[in-house]
Amino acid sequence: MAKTKSAMRRKETMYGYIFVMPWIIGFLAFTAGPLLFSLFASFTDYNITTQMDFVGAENYQGLFTEDGLFWTSLWNTLYYVLFSVPLTTMGAIFLSALLNQDVPGIRVFRTLYYLPAVLSGVGVYLLWMQLLDPGTGMINLILGWFGIDGPNWLFDPEWTKPSLIFMKLWSVGGAMLLYLASMQGVSKTLYEAAEIDGANTFRQFFHITLPMITPVIFFDVVTSLIGGFQIFQEAYVMSSNGEGGPANSLLFYNLYMWRQAFENFNMGYAMAMSWILFIIVFILTMINLKLAPRWVHYEGGDNR
Amino acid sequence: MLKLINFVLLAAGSLMILSPLWWMFSTSLKTMAEVMSFPPTFFPESWNWSNYIRTWEAAPFTQYTINTLVITTLVVIGNVLSNSFIAYGFAKIPFRGRNVLFAIVLATMMIPGFVTLIPQYVLFAKLGWVNTYYPLIVPAFFGSAFNIFLLRQFYMTIPNELIEAAKMEGASHFYIWRKIGLPLTKPAIATVAIFSFNGAWNDFLGPLLYLNDENLYTLQIGLQVFKGQLNTQWNYLMAGSLLVLLPVIIIFFFFQKYFIQGINLQSGGK
Repeated sequence: MAKTKSAMRRKETMYGYIFVMPWIIGFLAFTAGPLLFSLFASFTDYNITTQMDFVGAENYQGLFTEDGLFWTSLWNTLYYVLFSVPLTTMGAIFLSALLNQDVPGIRVFRTLYYLPAVLSGVGVYLLWMQLLDPGTGMINLILGWFGIDGPNWLFDPEWTKPSLIFMKLWSVGGAMLLYLASMQGVSKTLYEAAEIDGANTFRQFFHITLPMITPVIFFDVVTSLIGGFQIFQEAYVMSSNGEGGPANSLLFYNLYMWRQAFENFNMGYAMAMSWILFIIVFILTMINLKLAPRWVHYEGGDNR
Repeated sequence: MLKLINFVLLAAGSLMILSPLWWMFSTSLKTMAEVMSFPPTFFPESWNWSNYIRTWEAAPFTQYTINTLVITTLVVIGNVLSNSFIAYGFAKIPFRGRNVLFAIVLATMMIPGFVTLIPQYVLFAKLGWVNTYYPLIVPAFFGSAFNIFLLRQFYMTIPNELIEAAKMEGASHFYIWRKIGLPLTKPAIATVAIFSFNGAWNDFLGPLLYLNDENLYTLQIGLQVFKGQLNTQWNYLMAGSLLVLLPVIIIFFFFQKYFIQGINLQSGGK
């Protein structure tokens, strides 16, 4: 009896590995292998066609001490993350609070607000380039109705990053839906009790809804932080010549890395850049995890 | 009263959401003279549907569409098959090392894309896969962390007794996966299929990196090149953009419930 049981367990283990084998192969070939290679290559001078010349920490040293564009791109990326993450998070929470009410046509509203979240790619970037066009675009036209002389948006280094942040705000629907789902999971009895105590809608929002959805806020902030540091396509398509202009104002970290890797073929240098980004994102995520217990509420409701 | 304010806010917000899309449609129908006129107009003076035909003929969009469809179809098939298979293993077969492996699956979600992108490019270049569709399609057949996670959540809701009963009758895990797993997880598979369709259809980075030959271009790359050629001919650019976005919009309206399912699962399987 004991023998057949262990034989069965061995059979299950064999089956288990057969089933997850595609992932194991993919992980080794497309993630773990490349990671190891990249870590090694970041200490070499390498352009794909030549031999890898081991140069020690030279790439890293060069980035920190000699490369002004490295700091520019890091600053641009930080600026973008610093503004886009809080704005989109607050926007999404505000919208989901509106959409969590019983209003005529609420289903239509929910669908409409989510739509931009599924639209992405060059078509959307072109649309926004036209909307933001200072002369022929819609946004300055509308600002004009209110007597506001709109800026030059993508042509003015001061306004290029805000332009991309506005575009990001338009597609806040994905996060909005996350918040909506968690708001609908908040127990009704909490609100009923608050009502008896005479708490108005705003108090209820700040004292019940907001604390109850903190796990989702945490999830959203962590993932949008990781995502924000990787901004690339928008800048590639919408900046002048795809080079991060004007005046390097859209030269984000990944765009600069891309240019080093695939325009200059400084592969080792670019891979050193990618590891620095990895470390920055990792540290920020860890800080988030450490701070989480102070404000994330993990009891009651349906959060587990 | 609060309800009214809420409704008004939502209606005003809807205008902000929809007006860019209306502007794209409206601009796509204008003449070049009207596009350049100041101030710009909200409604086209005349509806020049022929702009669409001109746009389509100004670049090999038919070829780009076929290319995009080939890649997208294969990516969707790869994603659905591999992720459903892998997720079944993680959810329904108890085996040694399973928890460690699954923790690695989740950890890979935190690696910034560019950290693996550059060495992957070196790998595919060494394999001679640059300027082919292999780098865009092959990885889809080896599972992806998010989809494995999503489908695993779904498999977890299938009672173990059902699997045990099938095993008692001599069914293998392959048979159970195909005959019980796949049918019972259909809604989640639809979610994976739709998200992969969107991902592959909108993919810009992959084709930009791996495809140099114009005959192999996808719609996204075609549109990017088209932008460079036309510069400020916004009517044609908007017509092209709308045509490329249209399939995504149509699929969204038909299958919205699956998008929402995917989002809900992301927040922890509610």
